[in-house]
Amino acid sequence: MATLKEVKSKIVSVKKTRQITSAMKMVATSRLRGAQNSMEAFKPYASKFAEVLGSIAGKSGEDASPLLVPRDEVKKVALILCTSDRGLCGGFNTNLISKADKLIKSELDGKQISFICFGKKGRDWAKKQSQPIEDEFIGVVGGNFEFSVASSSGQKLIDNFLAGTVDEVYLVYSEFINMAKHIPTIKQILPIPSLDGVSEGSAEKEKDKDGQFLPEHICEPSSDALLGEMLPKNIFIQIYDALLQTSTSEHAARMSSMENATKACGDIIEELQTIYNKTRQAGITADLMDIVGGAEALKG
Amino acid sequence: MAEKLFLEVVTPQKAIVSEEVESVVAPGSEGEFGVLKGHTTFLTSLKIGTLQYKDAKGKERYLFINGGFAEVLPDKVTILAESAERRQDIDVGRATKAKERAEKRLAEKREDTDLVRAEAALRRAVHRLKIK
Repeated sequence: MATLKEVKSKIVSVKKTRQITSAMKMVATSRLRGAQNSMEAFKPYASKFAEVLGSIAGKSGEDASPLLVPRDEVKKVALILCTSDRGLCGGFNTNLISKADKLIKSELDGKQISFICFGKKGRDWAKKQSQPIEDEFIGVVGGNFEFSVASSSGQKLIDNFLAGTVDEVYLVYSEFINMAKHIPTIKQILPIPSLDGVSEGSAEKEKDKDGQFLPEHICEPSSDALLGEMLPKNIFIQIYDALLQTSTSEHAARMSSMENATKACGDIIEELQTIYNKTRQAGITADLMDIVGGAEALKG
Repeated sequence: MAEKLFLEVVTPQKAIVSEEVESVVAPGSEGEFGVLKGHTTFLTSLKIGTLQYKDAKGKERYLFINGGFAEVLPDKVTILAESAERRQDIDVGRATKAKERAEKRLAEKREDTDLVRAEAALRRAVHRLKIK
């Protein structure tokens, strides 16, 4: 059995761990609030953009933009992998990475893959797999970042796509559903999947709001040209949105895993305390026995 | 008194303006355009420039717009900008430096300079300074 001193020092160390995990939980909570706020702030822009895009997409032909045209033969694929920079957030990164891994091993098997990594964890993994990393952004996910991060990386992808060095682009990120639920998600962003869904959805929304369809817009420049300008922006929006959601999910994941850790620490402390008490009592009993035994012996 | 229309300027970071205004003048990619209540529905892209509007009290206000899109409805104008700044938020020191930097880059005409980017940076800086 452990000595009293050993148990005592163990209790102290677990208590310290608990202090750290609960502090991390509080930090994650406040960061989560910030991330959720920026997600909220982004919503009006994104929904308005989708609405406008939908209304002109309906009018334009399929060949409005080269970004819409699928390649006959897909050889080179770029994968945008959004993960966090730091660990201690449960299975968050592992889930994202295994999602990407599965995609590579199934659908994209045999294709040439390059990575664009947001977040250290994903980059480290890609490095270990000795996959080519085209671009990496550390300190974006989980922190404060601006729209320009998404637009500059998105512009590079579009340039590559148009130049033919990339045939398809996928986005792997964590979709934030609620505090307890965030799902690793794959989205194809280039070539842009058909816009029919977008236009139908927003047309319905407009109908609900005004009781009738919006009248035709006059477009300046032409609706095709406008669409051509909006589609790249839409890609930036998707990347930005993915980054926001991944950040929010990261903080939520860290919060819940730190809460679990804090609870587990509490349980261990309780157990150790019981052991401590028992050991102490056993010690006292043994001492008493000694004294009583000694007294008996003196009596003769 | 002119009839009011609703102006909304939204960026990915936040909604910058959301209020009733008398008139709006925006930098369309095919030329500046003004909007009063009752304008026909209209959709255009915007270039880098100044958005000018008269608020409900008739006071002229200026915003820096870093490109984007505008949707005009008879009683509402929505501006979708990648970024936008009110006059009081513009950092003159930064804009001046950016202007000098861009000018220098354009003047040097080195082969590896991205002319499009440098020009855009210069335009942004000039417009920011003009508003201030």
